[in-house]
Amino acid sequence: MERVSLERKVLSENDRIAADLRARFTEHDILCLNLISSPGSGKTSLLERTLDSFDRRERAAVLTGDIQTENDAKRLARSGFPVKQITTGGTCHLDARMIERALLDWRLEDIDLLLIENVGNLVCPSSYDLGEAAKVVVLSVTEGEDKPLKYPSIFFKSELLVLNKIDLLPYVPFDIAVAEENARRVHRDMEIVRVSCQTREGMAEWLSWLDCKRGNSRAAASAS
Amino acid sequence: MHEMGIANSVLDAVRAERRRFPGGHVHKVGVRIGELAGVDPDAMSFCFEALVRGTDLEPLALEIEYSPRRYQCRTCGQSYAASRDDSACPACGSLDSQFSGGDELELAYLEVEDGARVAGT
Repeated sequence: MERVSLERKVLSENDRIAADLRARFTEHDILCLNLISSPGSGKTSLLERTLDSFDRRERAAVLTGDIQTENDAKRLARSGFPVKQITTGGTCHLDARMIERALLDWRLEDIDLLLIENVGNLVCPSSYDLGEAAKVVVLSVTEGEDKPLKYPSIFFKSELLVLNKIDLLPYVPFDIAVAEENARRVHRDMEIVRVSCQTREGMAEWLSWLDCKRGNSRAAASAS
Repeated sequence: MHEMGIANSVLDAVRAERRRFPGGHVHKVGVRIGELAGVDPDAMSFCFEALVRGTDLEPLALEIEYSPRRYQCRTCGQSYAASRDDSACPACGSLDSQFSGGDELELAYLEVEDGARVAGT
């Protein structure tokens, strides 16, 4: 028996497409973010509030992934910004090829900010690079504060944790300090913002994080 | 569950690689999965077996090398594997450490039966 060393990534084809997308985003000066959470944590609400806060001249666009239905795209399209639903038909995550295909009839020249809402799932989306500048994980206070320990992959790979639904804190036994400590056990330098999409508390911090990332992405594009 | 897609990617790679060994049979593929890869080894094995069954790849075994999160301590220099909910350095207790691995999802090796010719190498 002969053992032959391979030493390459299993998802090299996805990574190749993601690298190509990332190069195109940089070329067109686009900040692309990949939002991931379990179902019902409030990704769509966060995007609705985000788009609502933007000036109409803002060049933002959204790709939203779900297994079935166009419901999220319909909700988000009310903002007036370009929105496209990716219906995976059973697949529990988005992959780079789905993003490539969804972007075919959009002019990248017209986009500055591309927000991707992944399929609601804390496991599978963490394995697939979509060419984003950063992953953002959303955790709501109606979930367990040990989610970062149960799903370390996504908390490790996300740059920002959005702790959502903080308006419900008085009604649920969620210890926000423990949740943050758990996130930092898995990802020591994790940035965290506390948000309520209902009362809009914390929205300013989230939007300023976004602005900061957009500044960074513009700086990276002009340097390259 | 995305392990089916990942198992399929492994089999695509085996099919591509085995062309280098005309007349040989690939018996085993080794895959390295880190704790932070987001891939469950049991689900992966289950999907792999289901996909291989009844194909020309049989018999083909999967060996999974599962690796924990690894760090190097910036205080005392110790390299260590972290336990699930504690990433402090076991030698000095410091939390100031550099991540050094544990997010891999890699094809490590193939085992090919003796006598196979390696083409083009």
